[in-house]
Amino acid sequence: MENRSLVSIAEHSREKILYLLEMASEFEKNPNRKILDGKVVATLFFEPSTRTRLSFETAANRLGARIIGFTDPKVTSSSKGETLKDTIMMVSNYADIIVMRHFLEGAARYASEVAPVPIVNAGDGANQHPSQTMLDLYSIYKTQGTLENLNIYLVGDLKYGRTVHSLLMAMRHFNPTFHFIAPEELKMPEEYKIYCREHGIKYEEHTEFNENTISEADILYMTRVQRERFTDLMEYERVKDVYILRNDMLGNTRPNLRILHPLPRVNEITYDVDENPKAYYFQQAQNGLYARQAILCDVLGITLDDVIEDGKKY
Amino acid sequence: MNEYKQALQVAALKDGTVIDHIPADKLFTVVNLLKLQKTEQSITIGNNFESQRLGKKGFIKVSDRFFTDEEISRLSVVAPNVRLNIIRNYEVVEKKQVIMPDELRGIVKCANPKCITNNEPMTTIFHVTDKENGILKCHYCEKEQNKEVLKLQ
Repeated sequence: MENRSLVSIAEHSREKILYLLEMASEFEKNPNRKILDGKVVATLFFEPSTRTRLSFETAANRLGARIIGFTDPKVTSSSKGETLKDTIMMVSNYADIIVMRHFLEGAARYASEVAPVPIVNAGDGANQHPSQTMLDLYSIYKTQGTLENLNIYLVGDLKYGRTVHSLLMAMRHFNPTFHFIAPEELKMPEEYKIYCREHGIKYEEHTEFNENTISEADILYMTRVQRERFTDLMEYERVKDVYILRNDMLGNTRPNLRILHPLPRVNEITYDVDENPKAYYFQQAQNGLYARQAILCDVLGITLDDVIEDGKKY
Repeated sequence: MNEYKQALQVAALKDGTVIDHIPADKLFTVVNLLKLQKTEQSITIGNNFESQRLGKKGFIKVSDRFFTDEEISRLSVVAPNVRLNIIRNYEVVEKKQVIMPDELRGIVKCANPKCITNNEPMTTIFHVTDKENGILKCHYCEKEQNKEVLKLQ
């Protein structure tokens, strides 16, 4: 059987991305269905991630699936020294699909090679987090009406932030112009700039973050300077407060501008921005539900036509 | 001198392989990669011979052993410039060079300590993304790495 696992968004073609977005919009019309009735979804979280887990579990629940899994590896056999392969093989006996979050990079790829059931990567260390990218793409598509020719401003931690790296790679099909706004210590790594040049993606780099730098933005993608990615906490303290978005910076921005953030936010968007209609991060999280419903169905071999047909029942 | 040296290496070998131009500090790595410590055939190993190109070089002569292209490609990471002379009936019948393969399996160790391959009993896989500069990309954690910094698995 063809392995339908979702490990990295980079493997998806332009057509496949647009197809999944269309499926997500079908689920948005009606998120409560029975299309996964009788299926068991395992959520294996070797690293805690409450938002991602709740989003996947809600997606599965609203489609009628049942859920097994763990939220903390301390209670599982991996703490006794069981290999990832053994855990995956064991769970594959019980579940139709495994949603996995792991602290090691490449864990999802490896799991997808050994598992007889499809794997959905819910984040593997600093490597990939494709469902986050899908919901980001869906949010951009929904708010801008297109993915083509957009000015996308990425702000904050561009060095360790895997969401911005995956978004950048997924957007290569859609002729974007990127603006990378980061402090020197956290700027976009060279390998992604090489990726941009190889794929004809236009980009500019800025260290300034103010009203003027963002006036041409269609999408402002804020990220948190993540404490857990730092080995040197002094370095963290030094850069964490550098790039903060305040409501008074949005006066001259485009009317179609929307502000995205993968959440959780700490202090990089001040609370007065929440009231601004350009703030979109909470809706963005909600879009994660529809994007993940589409991902679960796709890896199980359920097609867009199946989803549309199923939608007629309600 | 040169002819003499070649004679020294080749003369004693009726059938087999001479691996030449091995950087002196990589000689025993090459032995390991080809698993020559386990072979039954007679082997001559020489090291620290003068070489115009390498300064010091090593060579290995193995009787009645002919390496597959896959085995030879294993050397690409540590000794990309070695030459193999295939000897039959005291004559060099073929010369082979190491060709960097598109993929390396179970040869090098990933430099990323947070890579699954360093935490699970499994075989590493690397994709060679730039043959000229020896840039490898881990199939699992997707980190690119320069072959200079790599360790063998």
